[in-house]
Amino acid sequence: MTATAYPGAEAPARQYGIDSNGVQLAVHEWGRHDAPALMLVHGGFDFARTYSVFAPLLASAGWRVVAWDQRGHGDSGHAELYSWDADLRDALNVMDRIGPDPIPVIGHSKGGAMMIQLADARSARYSHLVNLDGVPYKRAVPDVASHERTRMLATDVERWLDRRRRTVDAQRRPGTLDELAARRGRMNPRLSPDWLRYLVSVGAREDSDGWRWKIDPTMIMGGFGPWRPEGTVMRLPGLPMPFLAVLGGQMEEMGWGTEPEKVRPFLPPEGRLEILPDVGHFVHIEEPVHVAGLVLDLIGRPG
Amino acid sequence: MTAAVTWLRHGKVRLALHELRGGAGRPLLLLHGLGERTAAMPSWAAPWSGSVMALDFTGHGASTVPRGGGYTAETLLADADAALAHLGPATVVGRGLGAYVATMLAGARPRLVRGAVLVDGPGIVGGGEDGPTPQAYFRLGEAAVSPDPYALFELSRDLRPPDYATLFVRLAVAGSGLDDPVAVTAFYRPPWLAAVAAEPGVLDTTIPAALATYAAAD
Repeated sequence: MTATAYPGAEAPARQYGIDSNGVQLAVHEWGRHDAPALMLVHGGFDFARTYSVFAPLLASAGWRVVAWDQRGHGDSGHAELYSWDADLRDALNVMDRIGPDPIPVIGHSKGGAMMIQLADARSARYSHLVNLDGVPYKRAVPDVASHERTRMLATDVERWLDRRRRTVDAQRRPGTLDELAARRGRMNPRLSPDWLRYLVSVGAREDSDGWRWKIDPTMIMGGFGPWRPEGTVMRLPGLPMPFLAVLGGQMEEMGWGTEPEKVRPFLPPEGRLEILPDVGHFVHIEEPVHVAGLVLDLIGRPG
Repeated sequence: MTAAVTWLRHGKVRLALHELRGGAGRPLLLLHGLGERTAAMPSWAAPWSGSVMALDFTGHGASTVPRGGGYTAETLLADADAALAHLGPATVVGRGLGAYVATMLAGARPRLVRGAVLVDGPGIVGGGEDGPTPQAYFRLGEAAVSPDPYALFELSRDLRPPDYATLFVRLAVAGSGLDDPVAVTAFYRPPWLAAVAAEPGVLDTTIPAALATYAAAD
């Protein structure tokens, strides 16, 4: 199946698999193979080819752009277990494959938050860090009494466990290409129908009974746990590499809705915050040229 | 071990549920600690009139060893929930990490967990109140061995805030209909377990006394 056409979208120049501790990861590269490398990290429930417009812009400035599908996402293998730490280990395996020299790392949403944590653990591997609307912070919720919050947790936990019980035979719901695009559009109302159709053509597969997203059906969005989003900004002040955060000003369901004033006090000495007031969570999809320009101003244009 | 094994499914993982001893009445579900399996009937379980069942968590005992890790205590909670789905209402005894999972299970399925007994054993000993968790990412051996080194590595450094554990105790108290749905028998109490023990609705007792209490409960 060839991808549905979308203006500016380019198929990767190279695609290959690497083994990450037993899980197969699909790697997608844009740009010349001998150009200096940078790493591009997608968000939760996304996949590498959501960078099909953004990555070629960086590649045309002289970069070898390396992205991969996180375990269970896109063309990568479906694992038995999924966790934040496993994703970070996979990221390190991709980084090891690229080589030992420090490289620019760019992450969107969950991928951005993960790369802040990896930057803290492996700062010597980073030349620059760019975060695209991926600084987690506690969502501003209206005042709720604590017993009410406890009841909400009870419902969340029970619903999550009920869904875990059903994952044994779980399959993604099939549909036409347009139906899948429409479903995704409900999560991403700011993205154009043409882009969503393009995403289906590269992020879903066509079975005999219709199109299905490739993502592992046992993965459940949401969930619960002791992870506290504020822990991520605490890592920012100690980051030694040049750092750029690009925040979209329009709040969306898939974003953390982090307000600039929550991030600004934690910026590292080499840090900069760029706010795009009229843009949503997918800053690199809504304004690819503008955001690529901001990134290239930071990391340079090898040409 | 000659115990009869029932194979359960949790996602792509096959879980071994061992019947250590048959019996009429409510089952006793044993959850082992980190790196363990429950191979034999503990002597303190002998007076229990129902069956005595032992679950091997993911990556432990005879259960599937996954590729490339990815463990969380919440994953093990869903393992234990798969056992509850099979057994129906049960009294749960957890050692170490299994005690932590038993606490969460008591809050998550308060009508099915008829008492959770928290016992000493290997597992989560941390309990940072705030701040980032420790971090180290590296490649472990590739061969699938049980207990899975990834389970030992990931779950042993998984610091757990005390107020997260106590939330589940409150859910158990609110939803179980039992006066004291959780019993702490452990001598060693990391911060999360000390916080659990201090909650209303939590007994501070011995294993035999806790089992006698829950055997008599609805």
